[in-house]
Amino acid sequence: MKLREIAHCRAGDKGNTLNVSVIAHDERDFRLLQDQVTIERVRGAYGALVKGNIERHELPNIGALNFVLHDALAGGVTTSLSSDPHGKSFSAIMVAIELPEPEVAYGRKINNA
Amino acid sequence: MPASSLNKPRDRIRIGCGAGYAGDRWEPALECVERGAIDYLVYETLAERTIALGQLEKLRDPARGYNPMLEPRLTLVLRAALARGVRIVSNMGAANPLAAGEAVLRVARELGVAKLRVAVVLGDDVTEQVRATAAPLMENGEPLDTIKPTMVSANAYLGADAVAAGLATGADVVITGRVADPSLFVGCMLDGLQWRDDDYAKLGQATVAGHLMECAGQVTGGYFADPGFKDVANLARLGFPICEIHADGAAFITKPEGSGGAVTLATCKEQLLYEVHDPARYVTPDCVADFTGVRFSEKARDQVAFAGGRAAPRTATYKVSVGYRAGYVGEGHMTYAGSGALSRAKLAGDIVRERLALRNIQLEELRVDLIGHSSLHGDVSPGENAEPYEIRLRVSGRSRNKLDAAAVGEEVQTLYTNGPYGGASDFMQVKEVVGVRSILLDRGRIKTEVRMLSL
Repeated sequence: MKLREIAHCRAGDKGNTLNVSVIAHDERDFRLLQDQVTIERVRGAYGALVKGNIERHELPNIGALNFVLHDALAGGVTTSLSSDPHGKSFSAIMVAIELPEPEVAYGRKINNA
Repeated sequence: MPASSLNKPRDRIRIGCGAGYAGDRWEPALECVERGAIDYLVYETLAERTIALGQLEKLRDPARGYNPMLEPRLTLVLRAALARGVRIVSNMGAANPLAAGEAVLRVARELGVAKLRVAVVLGDDVTEQVRATAAPLMENGEPLDTIKPTMVSANAYLGADAVAAGLATGADVVITGRVADPSLFVGCMLDGLQWRDDDYAKLGQATVAGHLMECAGQVTGGYFADPGFKDVANLARLGFPICEIHADGAAFITKPEGSGGAVTLATCKEQLLYEVHDPARYVTPDCVADFTGVRFSEKARDQVAFAGGRAAPRTATYKVSVGYRAGYVGEGHMTYAGSGALSRAKLAGDIVRERLALRNIQLEELRVDLIGHSSLHGDVSPGENAEPYEIRLRVSGRSRNKLDAAAVGEEVQTLYTNGPYGGASDFMQVKEVVGVRSILLDRGRIKTEVRMLSL
């Protein structure tokens, strides 16, 4: 199952640091996000794009995680040669993360089966 | 008489957002004024390096350096705003708030407005203080001296108190330079609801409100749609947000009736975390806000209430953005299509690399991208297995020297007759680059003031 089926994401930038939120479509799936969307999985998905630390913050009140990806924007918005210096497209990597098929997912948007 | 909250604290106010960045759409602001029953209209138009670019413009022409869309934006809304007592707040002053204030008066005269009071908030330009400072750069810990020789601007992110001081004059329009984005909105709340700027219980909620509002359409369905997963109706007519906030802190986000887009739990949650790192410590000039207690609830269609914003006392410093000349970036593009497009684009990229080396072109960094293949996500992209029909080669390089930067685009263009077959649609440009770094400056070093201009 792709993360996209149970959660939505938004990317934001500050200097050379990117943040990507992971928000459950249904807040009851927050536990699933907590268990499955680990820092290791996120690092695996972003690979060489993220050179620094990855932090994960939890917001159970809104059923969301917030990932902070350091040294991820090729030097930062203002001097980067990247055609996406703000990392606007980087949430697309998060939503495509493959998760093990869950027993229950409350807010599933589509079934890819 | 324009509405002024000077003598009359209200039990609730409504704030509309007219722009979330310098180039944002124009008409949604008018829709907020005419059909949003708002008291304040806020335009947020300053990205990280906008002021530095404005400063370069001001060096060329002392009457410029403010947002060039100020005149068209205000020409569209000013009469309607004055007629309804809607007060306008904006950081469109950028590098030249006083000239922006004069521009507001010119617009008013052209519209035949008889009376207008403009408050210009000054004090964010701290170039002189920064010259005398040796703070480390927040990004990399290096000394400020590494960029001082080419510094073009230094602006502190002022807070809501500076905006409220502008509004306290009773002005119809308040123009500022650099103010933290949420603080533009928080300032309206301090003014309208007569909240104290050290009432941190209120500042927590106010900062959540300001943060949700600051990117305009990003909370009403913009930067969100993903067909089949997250559908949003009528984005061509996207309505900009309105926040209604009550004296006790109760608040909700909505948008003008009949406008496009949507205000939902999902759009609000995404915007709450936009550009946020630790959600328990969101530092603004007004407070250190904690978003972890925030809860949203859907009150009605396109109406989402929020509660639980908290805050700790503000820090002892202001964040300052320092703009500096960082050389030039040259860029060239060429598109290849059909069989072997990917191989030809790669060959073309290799040729450009070799040519730049042969000519001893001095570049600090060179980047070759294959648009349509891997330009945005590099090695994380699917790779050779995914060959699209068209590939656009993009080569970019940064240099201290404008001529060397220009060589990048030239070497792409000459691929037409010297590279692989079938290149098309070339493009090249050279731009001066202004970099931005941040430092912290003690609050005591900064004095703000309000200057009045009037018709």
